[in-house]
Amino acid sequence: MAEPARATGNLVQTRGLTRVFKSRASLFGSKRELAAVSDVDLDVPRGRVTGVVGESGCGKSTLARLVLRLLDASSGSVHFDGIDLATVSAPALRKLRRRMQMVFQDPYSSIDPRYSVRAALLEPMQVQGVALDAAGQDARVTSLMAMVGLNPALAASYPHQISGGQKQRVGIARALAMQPEFLVLDEPTASLDVSIQAQIVALLEKLQQDLGLTYLFISHDLGLVRYFCNRIVVMYLGRVVEILPEPQAAPRHPYTRALMDSTFEPDPKRRRVVTLLHGEIPDAFNLPPGCAYAARCPQASARCRTERPALLQDHGHSLACHHPLT
Amino acid sequence: MALLDVRDLSVSIGALQPLDRIAFSLDKGSILGLVGESGSGKSLTAMALMGLLPLIGGRVSGGSVRFDGTELVGLAEERYRALRGHRIALITQNPMTSLDSMLRVGEQIDQVGLLHLGLSAAQARARSIELLTQLRIPDAATVHQQYPHQMSGGMKQRVVIAMALAGDPELIVADEPTTALDVTIQAQIIQILVDLVRQRGLALVLITHDMGVVAQACDQVVVLYAGRVCEGSSVEAIFARPAHPYTQALIACIPRAGQARGSLQGIAGMVPSVSNYASGCRYHPRCALAQAVCQTDVPPLRTVAEHHRVACHFAMQDAASHG
Repeated sequence: MAEPARATGNLVQTRGLTRVFKSRASLFGSKRELAAVSDVDLDVPRGRVTGVVGESGCGKSTLARLVLRLLDASSGSVHFDGIDLATVSAPALRKLRRRMQMVFQDPYSSIDPRYSVRAALLEPMQVQGVALDAAGQDARVTSLMAMVGLNPALAASYPHQISGGQKQRVGIARALAMQPEFLVLDEPTASLDVSIQAQIVALLEKLQQDLGLTYLFISHDLGLVRYFCNRIVVMYLGRVVEILPEPQAAPRHPYTRALMDSTFEPDPKRRRVVTLLHGEIPDAFNLPPGCAYAARCPQASARCRTERPALLQDHGHSLACHHPLT
Repeated sequence: MALLDVRDLSVSIGALQPLDRIAFSLDKGSILGLVGESGSGKSLTAMALMGLLPLIGGRVSGGSVRFDGTELVGLAEERYRALRGHRIALITQNPMTSLDSMLRVGEQIDQVGLLHLGLSAAQARARSIELLTQLRIPDAATVHQQYPHQMSGGMKQRVVIAMALAGDPELIVADEPTTALDVTIQAQIIQILVDLVRQRGLALVLITHDMGVVAQACDQVVVLYAGRVCEGSSVEAIFARPAHPYTQALIACIPRAGQARGSLQGIAGMVPSVSNYASGCRYHPRCALAQAVCQTDVPPLRTVAEHHRVACHFAMQDAASHG
């Protein structure tokens, strides 16, 4: 096969990406299946910030893990720089991981709490079999800490001795340790105070500029995504419902509109009129046949309840809706 | 007379004093936003208003809280118990703080009517179902019979609101009522609370870290930092003419629609914990305007315009010049 991702300028490309989770049969019911991610075609252009936004259960975190092959897909493909991740061997995948890394919401969920900052920053090198002498280790730790704005005096600190913002800086420095090209940022600021969130976002912006990184930024916060990202992928219950080609593009899917109307601006002159909805979010184990948003959608027709709208592209703006907003 | 009048309220826990002379007042039919980051004392203020400080080993060490003319500081626990859940209700961030997972939600709402309003079982049930219906819960009679685990987070939070309303309160204290919810559900719950205040003439203390929620819902705002009020005013003034450097910075931390990339400003340093509050103005280690006086002298809360109070040595001229 040719290298489709490289040809189109996308560092990462997924096609028909699907992940199904199965619950075991229990006393209370038979085996059930949940498609956390369904049929996702995602392009992540090189050197850009692609945002994925949606509410809990939309599949954004599962998508993040599939893209790095931290989870295996049930069907569909992920290409990283033209390489089909499903076909690479375990040692080759490990080597490839130097080039793609993840930043988690809670960085120390993936770091041993008994590790000092220094040990946490050196671990990726050990895992990757990069041998450094003591002086080399010191230099590496110091430069990583400087890169993320951490005082080098904190190198000997343990996670309980540093703040949430500092922990996230450690998480980012760790992700940068092997000089990757691609970072998946999974809600990296969701548990931080706003004053600290803004610091971390500013740091991520600077790193992206300075190092020419490609980001996939996963968030529930549409306001933040619109500020930070070049393109915005909107997900609802496992599917992409809309892709905004640029962050200020007017939404055409009623769900994206609802997300936007639910995001309150810090300006009392721009208060939102919130329409009270009657519909409930459907059970993910038992999705309706048509559009998953139909139950809550003010535009929904009979067709929406029976026929699932395909994701179609028009001038770079992708949309899955029978009754798009104009 | 204000329905709720809080003056110089200080709270101590052991040797620490995490709340220092908090002051605000609130009329019927209006919403006061109490805003701040973690450790600012928002939730502690809620606990103090509800008379729940003993639960966490705290006590009011100074000041006064008057509710409809009654002094709540030092009120006997049995009198407080008659107020709580009846005239003053609390909504917490996690609905499961308020709900018993072993009981049907309907029974839990019914109990408030039975206990505080002296209703019969049938009356209480009818009233609970009516409240659930008013909160736009579809098929309220069925929901009344469900257990909490059968519900979504947004539904549970509406049940908690129904429970708060069941005692026919005059004042609701809502502590981050939507923080754990998805944004579309958050918008719905905030709208429900705003509608309740307008329709029933309730007073609402809305505790939040989210300046977007404040701008959307509140009439007045009190900004807390490290256990002290740094600014208080109408919601219009606080966003149009924020006078305290912390308030200005807090607003600048939130990206606005259309804001250029690379222009978001964080606040340097970190949110202090109660055991290492700075001397003088507690914000001075993070403040761009700080001078020597800020390290030594606590800035008093001064009135800089009508209903606009600021605690800063250097903010006054600014606010005054803006009118």
